[in-house]
Amino acid sequence: MDFLNIFRIALRALARNKMRSALTMLGIIIGVGAVIATVSIGQGAEYLVQQGIQSMGTNAVFISAGSGRPGGARMGFWAVKSLTLDDLQAILREVPLVREAAPAVVSRSQVVYQNQNWNTGVLGTTPNYFEIRAWPVQAGSVFSQEEVEYAANVCVLGTTVANYLFPNESPIGKTIRIGTLPFRVTGVLESKGQSVMGDDQDDRIFAPFTTVQKKIAGITWIQFINASAVTQEASVAAVRPITQLLRERHHIRAGEDDDFFVRTQSEVADLADQTSQVMTLLLGSIASVSLFVGGIGIMNIMLVSVTERTREIGVRMAVGATPADVQNQFLVEAVTLSMLGGVMGIAAGLAGSALISSFLKWPTLISGKAIIIAALFSAGVGVFFGYYPAHKAARLDPIEALRHE
Amino acid sequence: MKELQTQSGGAGAGTLIRLDRVTKTYDLGEVQVHALRGISLEIQRGEFVAIMGASGSGKSTLMNILGCLDRPTSGRYFLDGVDVSGMSKEELARIRNRKLGFVFQHFNLLARTSALENVELPTVYAGVPPEERTRRAREALERVGLGERAEHHPSQLSGGQQQRVAIARALVNNPQIVLADEPTGNLDSRTSVEIMEILQRLNEEQELTVVIVTHETDIAHYAKRAIEFRDGRVRRDQVIEKRLVAHEVLASLPTREEMDAEEETEAKV
Ligand SMILES: Nc1ncnc2c1ncn2[C@@H]1O[C@H](COP(=O)(O)OP(=O)(O)OP(=O)(O)O)[C@@H](O)[C@H]1O
Ligand SMILES: [Mg+2]
Repeated sequence: MDFLNIFRIALRALARNKMRSALTMLGIIIGVGAVIATVSIGQGAEYLVQQGIQSMGTNAVFISAGSGRPGGARMGFWAVKSLTLDDLQAILREVPLVREAAPAVVSRSQVVYQNQNWNTGVLGTTPNYFEIRAWPVQAGSVFSQEEVEYAANVCVLGTTVANYLFPNESPIGKTIRIGTLPFRVTGVLESKGQSVMGDDQDDRIFAPFTTVQKKIAGITWIQFINASAVTQEASVAAVRPITQLLRERHHIRAGEDDDFFVRTQSEVADLADQTSQVMTLLLGSIASVSLFVGGIGIMNIMLVSVTERTREIGVRMAVGATPADVQNQFLVEAVTLSMLGGVMGIAAGLAGSALISSFLKWPTLISGKAIIIAALFSAGVGVFFGYYPAHKAARLDPIEALRHE
Repeated sequence: MKELQTQSGGAGAGTLIRLDRVTKTYDLGEVQVHALRGISLEIQRGEFVAIMGASGSGKSTLMNILGCLDRPTSGRYFLDGVDVSGMSKEELARIRNRKLGFVFQHFNLLARTSALENVELPTVYAGVPPEERTRRAREALERVGLGERAEHHPSQLSGGQQQRVAIARALVNNPQIVLADEPTGNLDSRTSVEIMEILQRLNEEQELTVVIVTHETDIAHYAKRAIEFRDGRVRRDQVIEKRLVAHEVLASLPTREEMDAEEETEAKV
């Protein structure tokens, strides 16, 4: 018998029990919908994280004072005096894979402009920091190398800070107070959004590191080095020579732990990728449990249907249906049920993720791959769970089937 | 009594069915039910056979084997010269589809499906193209006088009409034999004669071979030959002497309208 015919018979049989078919499909709709929604949420998260990582800068290598090991003096980088400007210059001099490097000294301060008050991080650095992090100004300009050498009281604002302190006017050229000191605003940066850790990168003020060292934090060392390698591969390759150089300079003996920590952007990216992939997988597999439950619903209904229609099966066999014809009929019915459910589930999943996007302001990424997999999967569910009932129908003895009440 | 024995393996020119010591035993574990205990008979093309016998004598068992719904425990069954006793389920399904037409006591039409589509069913499994299917189904319905009821569902038809739809379904693939197990078992006497009239007409005009099972002697009298079963064996096999002609009987019976009128007058009295 031709496929079109089987399909028509299947549709007719399903239409005969509309409510039952709809309820059975609901299981698949929810399952597929959940898979699509969770996967697109997971992929949205992945996208967010990747955005954050991109914002670290191109081919970035990030060196921080203190050991990065858990259980080590991880949180104590404030107190660790291990990194100095000399280290930075040594890296630039002796590790050719590193093209540029900027120091960073951080501190928290109260900032005030007229009656506006804001507590934020102040990051001391050099002008090339903004190049390394590919972070242009949207207004004004960044401070100059000269101003770094003078330890001038100048600063560049992140957009969050700028919006709080200057809701109605341009901050350029204005003087704000950081702690007790007056600073002239030279520029406002473009918005960079959230970092990998989820904090607002625009809630920050940037000043010459010399100024922050001497006038705000009162220290002589630096806390971070933001470096940029010549290429993406170089950023990974540079980790070992940097580590060796710094160990030598810090007189760390073999077997002793580093007193600094080197990370690269691609490392972080890989790690984040893995994390969000695990998340997506986890969410997806929880959702596919409901798809499985939906499949059991199909199997249940198909078994009921085979029992109810035993006599019909007997009649079909008597007039010439082969066991294969009967099997195909019920299999196609199950697959039709699950495919229809799948299509509606995809629609429900898309609608669901659109809703989540708009309510939670969380980007959802709908991947064609997830849709195709969901469609194939729901067809597979139909075949898998429809096979047993269909096989049972095909194995019926025509005489007994005809005698069935 | 008429003895039917064929020596050669192949069927004669006119022989459509040949059974050779066919037995059927149902193994119920503790007991064995010998439903058929060695049946040998021949049915020629164009015959009209009525199978009779007490309940449990094996009539339906024989019909199931003749209809290729079941296989004999031993013995051989030649249908149209071909030994079908050892065929696979698929091959039997094909034979049922092409060579046989069934009519059941309980009609066995598909519910909520129009008469036309019920009649079409065998052509679907024969792989007939859609337009041809409809054409043949309409033609078959017209042959049983139900051309106007093509779109009706079984629940909208009387028992006799349902049985006529079932006959149309049995005819649609132009089979060589129509097998009917108690086709009039659920019908009143006039409707029974109407069904017999159709079967007689098909048998006369189209040379269709008809085998029916019946309990009623007067129904058996519309056939040309009667085979009586007892306890899984053929007890008697004879030509019907005073054969009834259904359309003549129908003419002598009061019509439905007359019957209704009679009932009404009775009710008034
Ligand atoms: N599936 C079966 N399993 C066991 N025994 C069976 C089965 N089918 C039929 N029989 C037995 O075989 C014997 C013949 O049954 P069959 O149905 O052929 O009788 P029948 O002549 O058609 O009777 P009736 O006139 O009541 O229809 C009976 O004794 C019956 O109990
Ligand atoms: Mg019987």
